Amino acid sequence: MKIKVIVTLKNGVLDPQGKAIQQTLNGMNFGNVEDVRQGKYFEIEVKEKDEKKAKSLVDDMCKKLLANLVIEDYKIV
Amino acid sequence: MRSSVIIFPGSNCDRDMDVALRKFGFKNQMVWHNDKSIPKSDLIVLPGGFSYGDYLRCGSIASKSKIIKSVIDFANSGGLVLGICNGFQILTETGLLKGILQQNKFLNFICRNVFVKVKDKQNKYFKDLKKDLLELHIAHNEGNYFCSDDELKSLEDNNQIAVTYCGEDGTEDETTNPNGAIKNIAGIFNNNKNVLGMMPHPERMIDKYLSGEDGSLFFKNIIDNFK
Repeated sequence: MKIKVIVTLKNGVLDPQGKAIQQTLNGMNFGNVEDVRQGKYFEIEVKEKDEKKAKSLVDDMCKKLLANLVIEDYKIV
Repeated sequence: MRSSVIIFPGSNCDRDMDVALRKFGFKNQMVWHNDKSIPKSDLIVLPGGFSYGDYLRCGSIASKSKIIKSVIDFANSGGLVLGICNGFQILTETGLLKGILQQNKFLNFICRNVFVKVKDKQNKYFKDLKKDLLELHIAHNEGNYFCSDDELKSLEDNNQIAVTYCGEDGTEDETTNPNGAIKNIAGIFNNNKNVLGMMPHPERMIDKYLSGEDGSLFFKNIIDNFK
């Protein structure tokens, strides 16, 4: 079963790459771009048929490795 | 004084660290990350570099490698653990040190000499150090120290801030902050001050002809405090 995870920076944490992307988009005449936040996306193939169990495993992975909870939030989608 | 330098795939300051430690009298051994145990040591060093290609987050993969459990046990039993640059990043990812090193504020790789102010001398690294300002070298892309307000307060309350970026005259402000680190933090301790992580490289400042010798003072001081 494939579980998808999105990791993003917490609100209020500086995202210099997102800022640079926003400024570049503005420079390319996408003037209405007001903010960009960059994140990470994972597709995790888990050998598990029960969706609830698979998601709970991935939740553990997020806490232990995929996200650093000091600055990042994660969402299992 | 016996020391061990841990080598991860992608470490690149491990040999410089070995040379520096031996120069000042440490009996140093190199330890591979896949080993299960560390030879008897008084100091363990996690060197600079790009362990595991900085994949996922700097230091995150190394912080789960086989040898790390021994490093954590050693630290928790009071042993001295020093993380330089990528080693500092690894220590934050293991949870031995608070906070995280984020990408530099202006997205640039910084490679130059800086001055740092020693903020605390009640520890085995800086006790009786004759200087308050050290000129050291930094080379990093992710050195922008960040932690929560609560963590910062507890670092300050327990004097766990080890070194801060400053000017040659000791000024600490935005103009002397190379990477955007909060409070100009360049290095911190754990609660018991046996674990030290810092971005500057003392091992690059041990030769009076090539670099300057403030790194020499740092290593000599650790040995002197051990005697």
